[in-house]
Amino acid sequence: MNKINIAGAGLAGLSAAISIAEAGFSCNLISLQPSERAQSVLAEGGINAALNTMGEGDTPEEHFQDTMKGGAFLADPNAVEGLAYTAPEIIEKLLTIGTPFQMDGKGVVLRNFGGQKKKRTVYAKSSTGKVIMTALIDEGRKYESSGRITRYPHHQVLEILSEDRICRGLKILDTYTDEVQYLSGPVIIACGGLNGFFPEFTTGTVANTGDLAAELFSEGVEFANLEFIQYHPTTVAIPGKRMLISEAARGEGGRLFIERSGKKWYFMEELYPELGNLMPRDVISREMTRVLARDDCEGPVCLDMTGISKKTWEKKLSDLREEIREYLSIDPAKEPVSVYPGIHFFMGGIRVDEGHKTSMENLFAAGECACQYHGANRLGGNSMLGAIYGGRIAAQSAMKLEHENYEEKTSYHISAEEKQDFYVSPKSAAELKGILADSLGIIRNGDDLNKGIERIDNLLKDNNLTAMEKKRILLGKAMILSALAREESRGAHFREDYPEADEAYRKTTVSRMGDGIEIYFRDIPERRESHEIQN
Amino acid sequence: MKYRIDIERYSPEKKSYIESFYYETDSETETVANALAFLNAKSNLKNADGQDAEPIGWECGCMQKKCGACAMVVNGRPALACDSRLSRCGKVIRLSPLKKFPVVRDLIVDRSVMFENLKTIKLYFEDNADFGEETAGIAYEASRCLQCGCCLEVCPNFIAGGTFTGMASAVPVTRLFAELPAEKIKELSKLYNKHIFEGCGKSLACRNICPAKIDIEKMLVNSNAAAVWKRVFRHQEGVKKWKNQDLK
Repeated sequence: MNKINIAGAGLAGLSAAISIAEAGFSCNLISLQPSERAQSVLAEGGINAALNTMGEGDTPEEHFQDTMKGGAFLADPNAVEGLAYTAPEIIEKLLTIGTPFQMDGKGVVLRNFGGQKKKRTVYAKSSTGKVIMTALIDEGRKYESSGRITRYPHHQVLEILSEDRICRGLKILDTYTDEVQYLSGPVIIACGGLNGFFPEFTTGTVANTGDLAAELFSEGVEFANLEFIQYHPTTVAIPGKRMLISEAARGEGGRLFIERSGKKWYFMEELYPELGNLMPRDVISREMTRVLARDDCEGPVCLDMTGISKKTWEKKLSDLREEIREYLSIDPAKEPVSVYPGIHFFMGGIRVDEGHKTSMENLFAAGECACQYHGANRLGGNSMLGAIYGGRIAAQSAMKLEHENYEEKTSYHISAEEKQDFYVSPKSAAELKGILADSLGIIRNGDDLNKGIERIDNLLKDNNLTAMEKKRILLGKAMILSALAREESRGAHFREDYPEADEAYRKTTVSRMGDGIEIYFRDIPERRESHEIQN
Repeated sequence: MKYRIDIERYSPEKKSYIESFYYETDSETETVANALAFLNAKSNLKNADGQDAEPIGWECGCMQKKCGACAMVVNGRPALACDSRLSRCGKVIRLSPLKKFPVVRDLIVDRSVMFENLKTIKLYFEDNADFGEETAGIAYEASRCLQCGCCLEVCPNFIAGGTFTGMASAVPVTRLFAELPAEKIKELSKLYNKHIFEGCGKSLACRNICPAKIDIEKMLVNSNAAAVWKRVFRHQEGVKKWKNQDLK
């Protein structure tokens, strides 16, 4: 069969590539920048797996339950079951390729993370993503050397090639030489989240533009749950972006407070005595917005990490402390840090089934660009797990395809005119961001969403838009339309005009490009009887 | 504060030239990366002489020192643009591409050779890793290498395409030495000797250059101990138990 093409070399893409190579197949790994630059290296806190090394009697079933509950029961339970039950094996695999997780004499150490009552998060200080990526990049190199993985570094994916709704390959541009080339074969998209739709508002990398997602949307590929955007409660503004203060800071004892009538009010602990500062991220972000709006409170909300022991700072959070010192000139061990919610993760994305197949034949998606596992809100520690597991499952599905031969077209030098089609001006990106940020904040309502759509329609009237600018605006519109269609509050989507969850909306929001943008709801599969019975 | 930023530019059409830009900010924390992003965001970029200018080519990723994309030479010293605060750079700032790699455009260089070198020294496990608490610390440190190329820029011994692969491979290989079963380090040691130990002039010019603040000497000492002096990282029957702490 043709080589499988993977667009994106972050965690999901690498995981797919390694799975393909391990099975004896070959793949092309295409990315604008090397894997070392992928957003995955920014992941800090950890990766979840019910290893039960801390004597708390944790099980994969509880991991499954917590993930479903955290996602407000909007995720595909069969996919989540696969994720939770495979997690311990994934950690084992990461250890066999030398990922230096935190250990003690007995084995891997786990830490507390939000939305989970048991210690389940494997970590390496606050650089878990970096060390996992290093180990996987090295593992991938083994297969690069044997020829099973062929890297296309500094290449941008321009388009997917399709015939009769079947994906036939990719058209890619070498950004160093301006040569355009075609790669035929099935495609796995692993291009990351839609950060580029919110420049400067997210904790991710600026290189995740969302352009490829916009391209796929315009091709008619279905997207799902686009209204679910995770605001991480503890971020700080640094020039050009928002910097994350890992959830590990709260897992290790960090506490949120606001000044109320001149006194520190640890509002999360009072409002949610059981999980307190470790409530899911959407709950904390909303409570922060609410306390900031109260007359008797004076902002900002601060994260108090002064109670964390010296030993914990040294052993578990040294790099976080260093980072805060560097960028904010504050020692978090000595004084509280002012924090505000920032966009951290897109639960929605390309709609995939349990096998990570998209709505287009021979096209798969994994990682943050895909909508899978996290439902209405993602638990901390599940993103890297979802990327690794999803990449693996997408690879398995792609490898099952029948042998097909497609004709490869000859390459050519891109013209200035064609290049312009893919250009997105900073001005256009900023205009779209302005509308999306106003409409899709932490607390939403129908009026703001309708206004957003009106403003988007005005943007679309501009005749000077490039092709890519227009495609991005259309995907942005689909995000707002999805939020408008969901007349309830669930997970990260909170409508003040519909503040309660409504069982009728326990469905997947699907958006697709037909004659116009179509939004419809799709039933969530029932859980098959499997592990549940064994446990 | 008004900064003048002099950029060594290059394009296949215009070849090499220096173009200056002005950037004004009172922020103490803004970096060279912020200035470049701001200049490129302008719809009609003008240079310091008020003439139209092309957007500046540079690579950028995380904007917080974690991905190594924006490595360049800032006032003569290799650094990440996102780690170079304008307020610490002086009123006139000179930016040039890393010189050890072929220039693609402006501040963008082709660092492929670094990644090829990692293949040359076989930076991967043929079989399973074997490690525990005692070596996880050093493996963690070695895992943090950004592959930005700053250490190679200042190295008097590194030449792209040469046998010596430099610290950008010596640092990550430390993880392998820390995690390989003792009986498996022979082959890696040979490669290490050829491509790192024998080529390194021990000038330590790379000291304190790493944007990730990796203790390069510590990595080198550990790998030399394992590869050259045959001291293994952990307890092995019949061999004196050796601890990383011995070297602190």
